[in-house]
Amino acid sequence: MTLFITFVISGLGVGAAYALVGSGFVIVHRVTHVVNFAQGTYAVLAGMLASRLITTGTPHGVGELLAVLVAGAAGLGVGAVVLARRDTPPFVALLITLGLVFVGLAINILLFGQNPAPSVPLLSGSVDILGATTEWQRLLVVPIALVVFGILGLFFERTDVGRAMTATASNRRAAQLVGINYRRMGLAAFAIGGLLGGIAGVLIAPSQQISPYADIPLAISGFTAAVFGNLSSPWLTLLGGLFLGVVGQLLQGYGVGSFQTQVSLILMLVILIVRARALNAQEEAK
Amino acid sequence: MLHIADLVVRYGAATAVDGVSLDITEGEMVALVGPNGAGKSSLVNAISGMIHPASGSIELAGRTAQVPEGRQMFPDLSVDDNLRLGAWSLGRGKRDTAAIYDVLPELVPLRKQRAGSLSGGQQQMVAIGRALMAKPDLLLIDELSLGLAPLISEKLVEHLRRINTERGTTVLLIEQEVDLAFDLCARAYVIEAGRIVASGDTAILREDPALTAAYFGGFEKRGTAQ
Repeated sequence: MTLFITFVISGLGVGAAYALVGSGFVIVHRVTHVVNFAQGTYAVLAGMLASRLITTGTPHGVGELLAVLVAGAAGLGVGAVVLARRDTPPFVALLITLGLVFVGLAINILLFGQNPAPSVPLLSGSVDILGATTEWQRLLVVPIALVVFGILGLFFERTDVGRAMTATASNRRAAQLVGINYRRMGLAAFAIGGLLGGIAGVLIAPSQQISPYADIPLAISGFTAAVFGNLSSPWLTLLGGLFLGVVGQLLQGYGVGSFQTQVSLILMLVILIVRARALNAQEEAK
Repeated sequence: MLHIADLVVRYGAATAVDGVSLDITEGEMVALVGPNGAGKSSLVNAISGMIHPASGSIELAGRTAQVPEGRQMFPDLSVDDNLRLGAWSLGRGKRDTAAIYDVLPELVPLRKQRAGSLSGGQQQMVAIGRALMAKPDLLLIDELSLGLAPLISEKLVEHLRRINTERGTTVLLIEQEVDLAFDLCARAYVIEAGRIVASGDTAILREDPALTAAYFGGFEKRGTAQ
């Protein structure tokens, strides 16, 4: 039972990170209809950069914040490339982001090498929950993710820029008519996606041994969480991410081996097949 | 306030607007009528800057705002948020919706409702309110009555009349219902196949036998009338 609780708790931590990565997919897709596979790359960049900054003397907090901001800037950069031309078809844009994933991988390896970054937890030590010993760092991810999701909700519902992004998502033509600049909204979405990926990376790097090659697995798990949320609902994405994290950790914990990416892929296939009709209807409605 | 000379709009090889000249003075309400595909929407989209003309000139004194064809709501946002975004280009601090509810009191009970859940007439009212939020000098309306019950269209016409007299907003109305358009507007242009084929006071146009046959009798009777 103790073991089970350990796996569930660590699964929730990992899952919250998937949800953060996934919500980046959702926000970019809602506004621009682009599936941005660079979401995992931002997490690697921020996670490894935070580790590098902190091991070289930057204080905790500052190092993490800087790393997240750099990830946001990377998001903006990806957005600038993807949105460079008006009316790039979404599937072409997806290929562009896949290409950028490999550019990002090269950059990450160049900057940080191929090995996992040294772990520098924001919170060290561990705590007993129902008999299971859990690192504070793993526990930190879930509440931070919840706060981030809450802030996102407020941003989209209460601020004019957030509303303008929602407006662009729901009717691009009308948005243009009232003078909302589609490209600027798209860039903002990409930057927010970068920040979200960065937050995920900074949070899980200390407990997950992140190397540059974690980019695509993270993107796949995040994308699966986003598909769980129909690529449009952040809260369903959170739920999907948590579920995915827990299932993955249970499988790994009970000795089946680390099959997180495969679990994600299978779950994604199941969701896509089950929801194929609903997704089709959605596309036709656009 | 609006002076258009020899305007040409093309989509690839197809010419939608073929040398149109048109003038509107401040405070006027002018109708633009014609059959489907005559180039009405292209003309309006060129005026509002949504499409670029191939040649010709558009001189416009003041701001325009458009009530687009199909109403084009932001379905996921509330009525109030739809209105606020109408003033997006004016900048922060100029997005107060109170004045719009004075002009269109029917919207008051709907302000928190999702725009996507409204009826066609209510959406059209939101579309008008959203356009007014931009404080336009010229209001472009692309199909006011399309798909709406006659009673609701009449209500909208009343509102427009009041907006015109009380706020001094100039109106260019695209409309399929020629009766309705001529009731509201003192002057009209008739466009066919991208060219203006008639223009002038609606009272006089109404008596024009060719137009009467074409528009007031309905398109299906056109052959027999000639």
